Amino acid sequence: MDYSSAVFYFFSFILLFSAIKVITSRNPIFSALFLVLSFFSAAGLWLLLQAEFLAIALVLVYVGAVMVLFLFVIMMIDINVEVMKKGFWNYFPAIAFVSIVMLTEIILVLNQPFFKAPALFEAPKKSNTDAIGEVLYSDYVLPFEVAAIILLVAIIAAISLTLRGKKMHKGIDPALQIGVQKSDRIKMIEMKSEKVKIKKRTKRK
Amino acid sequence: MLNILTVIPLSPLIAACFVGLFGKKLPKYFSYLVPIFGVTIAFILSGYALYLTLYGFKLNETVYTWLTSGGYTFEIGFLVDTLSAVMMVIVTFISLMVHIYTINYMKDDKGFSRFFSYISLFTFAMLMLVMSNNFLQLFFGWEAVGLVSYLLIGFWYKKPRAIHANLKAFLVNRVGDFGLILGVALIMFWFGTLDYEEVFNRLPALLSQHVILFNTSISLITLIGFCLFIGAMGKSAQVPLHVWLPDSMEGPTPISALIHAATMVTAGIFLVARMSPLFEQSDVLLSVVIVIGAITAISMGILGVIQNDIKKIIAYSTLSQLGYMTVALGVSAYSVAIFHLLTHAFFKALLFLGAGSVIIGMHHDQDITQMGGLKKYMPITAFTFLIGSLSLIGTPFFSGFYSKETIIEAVNLSTVWGANFAYYALLIGVFFTAFYSFRLYFLVFCGEEKWHKVKRKKNDHGLRNKQYPHESSKIITLPLIILAVPSVLIGLVLIEPLVYGSFFDGNIFVDHENHTNISLLASHFHGVWSMATHSLFTLPLWMMVGGIFLAWLLFIKKVKIDFKFLSPINNILKNNYGFDDFNEKFIANGILKFGNFLSTKVDIKIIDHTIVNGAGRLVSYFSTKLRLIQSGYIYHYAFFMIIGLFLLITFFVST
Amino acid sequence: MIDLSHFLILAALLFMIGVVGIFLNRKNIIILLMAIELMLLAVNMNFIAFSYYLGDLAGQIFVFFILTVAAAEAAIGLAIIIIVFRNNRTIDVEDINQLKG
Repeated sequence: MDYSSAVFYFFSFILLFSAIKVITSRNPIFSALFLVLSFFSAAGLWLLLQAEFLAIALVLVYVGAVMVLFLFVIMMIDINVEVMKKGFWNYFPAIAFVSIVMLTEIILVLNQPFFKAPALFEAPKKSNTDAIGEVLYSDYVLPFEVAAIILLVAIIAAISLTLRGKKMHKGIDPALQIGVQKSDRIKMIEMKSEKVKIKKRTKRK
Repeated sequence: MLNILTVIPLSPLIAACFVGLFGKKLPKYFSYLVPIFGVTIAFILSGYALYLTLYGFKLNETVYTWLTSGGYTFEIGFLVDTLSAVMMVIVTFISLMVHIYTINYMKDDKGFSRFFSYISLFTFAMLMLVMSNNFLQLFFGWEAVGLVSYLLIGFWYKKPRAIHANLKAFLVNRVGDFGLILGVALIMFWFGTLDYEEVFNRLPALLSQHVILFNTSISLITLIGFCLFIGAMGKSAQVPLHVWLPDSMEGPTPISALIHAATMVTAGIFLVARMSPLFEQSDVLLSVVIVIGAITAISMGILGVIQNDIKKIIAYSTLSQLGYMTVALGVSAYSVAIFHLLTHAFFKALLFLGAGSVIIGMHHDQDITQMGGLKKYMPITAFTFLIGSLSLIGTPFFSGFYSKETIIEAVNLSTVWGANFAYYALLIGVFFTAFYSFRLYFLVFCGEEKWHKVKRKKNDHGLRNKQYPHESSKIITLPLIILAVPSVLIGLVLIEPLVYGSFFDGNIFVDHENHTNISLLASHFHGVWSMATHSLFTLPLWMMVGGIFLAWLLFIKKVKIDFKFLSPINNILKNNYGFDDFNEKFIANGILKFGNFLSTKVDIKIIDHTIVNGAGRLVSYFSTKLRLIQSGYIYHYAFFMIIGLFLLITFFVST
Repeated sequence: MIDLSHFLILAALLFMIGVVGIFLNRKNIIILLMAIELMLLAVNMNFIAFSYYLGDLAGQIFVFFILTVAAAEAAIGLAIIIIVFRNNRTIDVEDINQLKG
């Protein structure tokens, strides 16, 4: 086996192992960390496929931003760790059956000679980043702009979802507080005093 | 010429619409002047058309094509030949007489203008019927006269008996119309056209065509003729569809004269005469016609004997005479039937209008056992009534004699099966006709005045003690006098040209080889005088004399004859032979029960409960089961997605 | 030699692990989001493998966009989880079934 195959098997093994650990960990912090590990190994695999820009982008964006966000939320939400993972293995048979059958089919298909073609990749004349940049801003500029808008929408959505408006606060605007007048608080009502007839009480024996 | 002919039905129609819409708002004389004007125009133009047809004029044109669809054309057209011209004149003349009569008869009635609008509308409908040149227009006129008859019988719609009567008339008519529709549909299917002339042209090709019905093979022509005859039975009140005519006397007397004596009931006779090329081809059919006509003639005559209501006697007389006309049609004597139709129109309308005059004189009491001796109070009515009765029973030289004698002769000479039975039935019928006619005349106009002895309650109709009837006004007696003249003379004048001449040639078809009685009949005819004097030696005259004699014995001489031996049949007769009972108990009840069954079992249980509501319940049942799939758990949803994906992959991999 | 099929099988395995993760996880909704990230990673793997073996850069461009969308979606998903937690005080998947039929 040559060097690249060894690298491939090494990284893929780590990837699969950490993926399984993501879903089977007790502690969600562990799950997040294992997910970080799987992203790293995936980035390694992509480097093998000579997609350096995307490998680095994966690490920067995904691990650097998204996984950090995940960890923020996990830590913000108070969860009861012990109650977790109860009843995990009850449902395993059903999904295992379905997934193993699906996998078998997929592997059967993918082992066809059609998929075993040799690589058509030519040695690049410039770096991967250059090549991507060349294609991205000429052929695919419109999807690029749309992606930018998607990000904008995501920002707005996330903020508007979680923003607690004034009705959830009990605070009052200070300007209003100072501008209060006496008439807003007290109202004088004139009432005539009534003449109350007082009955003379007769003495009882 | 076509334009002139178009005016004939249109002028009564326009008058009817005008009076119907504006009659109440305009002064009273508008309500009768406009329709009389309209009908007079129609009468004059019909007379002109008759005059033209005497010289061989025949018009068969389309006025308006209504629609063309699938190879069939539906149009409005006129066929004016001798047959329809005669009918047109009869219709417009009688209608005019009735219009004039009604001015005074209905003058106190609140529905004065409505009545005139209706009778003008009727004139329009009847004219469309007789002038039509295709089956569709015939059917339109047929239904329209049935409708107007319904409206007029129930004219006094607040009387429950009138409503029962008009509904009965309409429904029985409907049964007949069902037969007519079947016949027209058969014609449309097999002949491919609804035009009379086309149908008659294509008739020879379909003579031997048979259809399979209820496992037997029937000749097509017989079947069509039979269906058309069922329609004629409904309209012309032959047994068993006769039950509506006596009840239709609930309507005012002028319409009894117009519709149920002279015109509407003759529509059936006219139809068969018009269809003579078709009817001549089938002897089976003609036998059926003869038998039904003969049964009607004799059984209705017998019923006329026991009636006590003046209008009902005349109604049963009409039924009997219609039977005579039908028998004449059955023995291929179509022209004689039309001739009898013509004479009957005159004297029967006269009799009805006279009865109306009597009713007015007696302050709306219609019971003849409470009348008597009216001759000296109402001389004109009595005299014209006598003339009408003499004509009806067939006194020599009067017009009824010529038409009736000819019919009986034609039946005698016929060789069709059933003609023998018909001959004896008609002869006996003459006896009964004379008997009840003179019973009526003697009881009403002669003898002692019976109304003085009747105890009346406060609001009853009728004359009180010491009150006397008086002759009706000139407007009422004028039509009586006008109608009396043709009742006497028209037979004398017209029998030779109409029956034995070439008047109806080309319009009524008689198969002379198979039905030889007509040519034999013609050979026996030696002129009107000889016919009258020859009758002294024939049976019908003596039957008639016998009837008059018996009536005179019983009602003038007051000879007491013990009729107790006839009492068992008295109940049957009073019950109208059980026809009304049968209709009510079997047919009406049966349909009610069937309708009830359908309504509760089928409609409510099966359709509403099972199918309609059941569909709803099925949906809600399934939805209660299905909605549990939406558990709210994400992993369930994801699992279903995966299952779907799995199935798709399996599907694609396996193919 | 490492072929295209190796990478594809790897990606398929990764995808399946993500699916199993979604189904098996009943207690923590954040694990659900992580499993979704795994599935997206698998898809990206596929794209890049194809891009390498077919010599077409379009695959990598597409991964670029998938990355963008996945980041956005993760952000919004987490925001929703925070709100669910505010209302229900639990992120137990079995307790979040208010949309049931």
